[in-house]
Amino acid sequence: MSTATRSRLNRPGPVPTALTYLWLGVAAVVLLFPVLLTVVGGFLPSSALLHQPPRLFGGDWTLDNYAEAWNQPVVPLAPAFANSLFVGLVIMAGHLVTSCLAGYALVFLRTPLRTPLFWLFLATIMVPYESIVVPNALFVRSLGLGDNRLSLVLPFLANGFGVFLLRQAFQQFPRELREAAVIDGCGHLRFLFTILLPSCRPALTALAVWSFLQGWNMYFWPLIIASGDNSMNTLQSAVFALKNNEGASPAVLLAGISITLIPTLLLVVFGQRWLVRGFTAGAVK
Amino acid sequence: MLTRPDPPTGRPGKPGGGRSHRVREALLGLLLLTPGLVGLGVFVVFPLFQAVYLSTRDNDILGNPTRSVGLAHFAELLTPEFGALLARTFLFTALVVVPGVLLPLAIAAPLTQKLPGMRIFRTAFALPFAYSASAASVVWLIMLNPGTSPVNWLLGLVGVQAPSWTSDPGWALVTVAAVTVWSVSGFNLLVLAAGLAQVDEDVLEAARIDGATGPRQFVSIVLPMISPSLFFAVVTTTLTALQALGQVHIMTDGGPNGSTSTLVYSIFDRAFHNNNSDYGLASAQGLVLLVVGVLLAAVQFGVLERRVHYR
Repeated sequence: MSTATRSRLNRPGPVPTALTYLWLGVAAVVLLFPVLLTVVGGFLPSSALLHQPPRLFGGDWTLDNYAEAWNQPVVPLAPAFANSLFVGLVIMAGHLVTSCLAGYALVFLRTPLRTPLFWLFLATIMVPYESIVVPNALFVRSLGLGDNRLSLVLPFLANGFGVFLLRQAFQQFPRELREAAVIDGCGHLRFLFTILLPSCRPALTALAVWSFLQGWNMYFWPLIIASGDNSMNTLQSAVFALKNNEGASPAVLLAGISITLIPTLLLVVFGQRWLVRGFTAGAVK
Repeated sequence: MLTRPDPPTGRPGKPGGGRSHRVREALLGLLLLTPGLVGLGVFVVFPLFQAVYLSTRDNDILGNPTRSVGLAHFAELLTPEFGALLARTFLFTALVVVPGVLLPLAIAAPLTQKLPGMRIFRTAFALPFAYSASAASVVWLIMLNPGTSPVNWLLGLVGVQAPSWTSDPGWALVTVAAVTVWSVSGFNLLVLAAGLAQVDEDVLEAARIDGATGPRQFVSIVLPMISPSLFFAVVTTTLTALQALGQVHIMTDGGPNGSTSTLVYSIFDRAFHNNNSDYGLASAQGLVLLVVGVLLAAVQFGVLERRVHYR
């Protein structure tokens, strides 16, 4: 059947088409209004948001809320932004390094005990973080790191899901290519870094994005490990603190939230392919 | 989902590599596994044993374990209060998972039609994925703030008196669940849309020629074909719901009257909240969470995954 006939078959009639747009339109208004409110509300004077419903259009636009959210002394956002970036990037790097090395040892080397060790990695995925948060908090506090950012990331540098994902990806690598490389005298580390990893870029990108989001969105751990002063806040705990202090001004809160959304919104708008393809490929197939 | 580890493939090292070569390869393998094993050993495996130990102890104000209390902390979990907490946790999970998967499915399905604007719709509907739990909670608190709430305003237009979303014990859990549904909808939409994009057009056409149309075609052909994506969405959403803390902490702080206190919130509350330091009881609750999580996974993989159709 030609493509032309096929696409004609797929084209619904006018009534179903109208219903489709109606349903999508209604769903969009309901589900996306909070997004509109976040993005637009941050630029509006507080008075516009004290109306019911909020006056999102036609008012004067202002950058004051952003300036106030960024500069208010109670919950400084600049260090929180730096902390969140640190947490996201370091956890990402940690997952990538530990998972690449472990995945290589599990797939390409005759490592003793590799089957039980792989099951051990898998089993750690089953442990909900909240089950072990108490002993981990006691342990990390006992290290006396004080206000060192390391305590924000220390428990999260290795991850069983990352090992699982990269092992699946490495297994797709054609065996003959690997054997040819070995015959040509290519050493393990050179093979890993110059041949294997470049060919597994989709899985690596997916893991990188996933890990970054894990760190960026983490809530429980920064909340309990940063208690005390505000210098160890990440943006997530800062948003909470800001809500408690600036409860009266929704516009400043929305500006603050917009700042926390910058990297994730960029990822969702421009990086959807990486977000889904990589790890559904690992987990769904 | 979890493929069985392959039988040792005996991928050859250097052809004809001798004994010393094999020893070197084994050592290199163990060396490469070390960073991952140390990280997970110190911060996942060892703390599990420590949680078991802590759950049988009292502790002083600094958190140092003191005398053994045997199974007293677990006995505290055999109360009607904790039963209600568990029931509330399951109710919350159901209130998140069912609509949290069905709503994105109902949006993703029409998006597969070849109509103008569908790509833009898909990107737009994915936007809630950008929100962390705390960002979503604060925005929705503003959305539901009595006096300015656009939601209440809309309900008022059709003559419905809006409830006190977060301060009415009968509504608070539903409200927090609804916000969680909203925040998982973006990711689930992407997952389900990716699954739907894989559906084979030829099979659909064959079905159409055989007279299967509309809903019947969707239920008996499309759903089985996207079952891996559906299963993935169900499993990840269950974990998100079971582990939700930010929404509860920010929107209701477990209240009113404990009506939104779930298992994970209770762990946080007993161990860290308001200068609490009941580490023993929190550890015991953490072990219950572990068991609940493993059982739910066992049910999902044992019952649901049998019906998943992998290609």
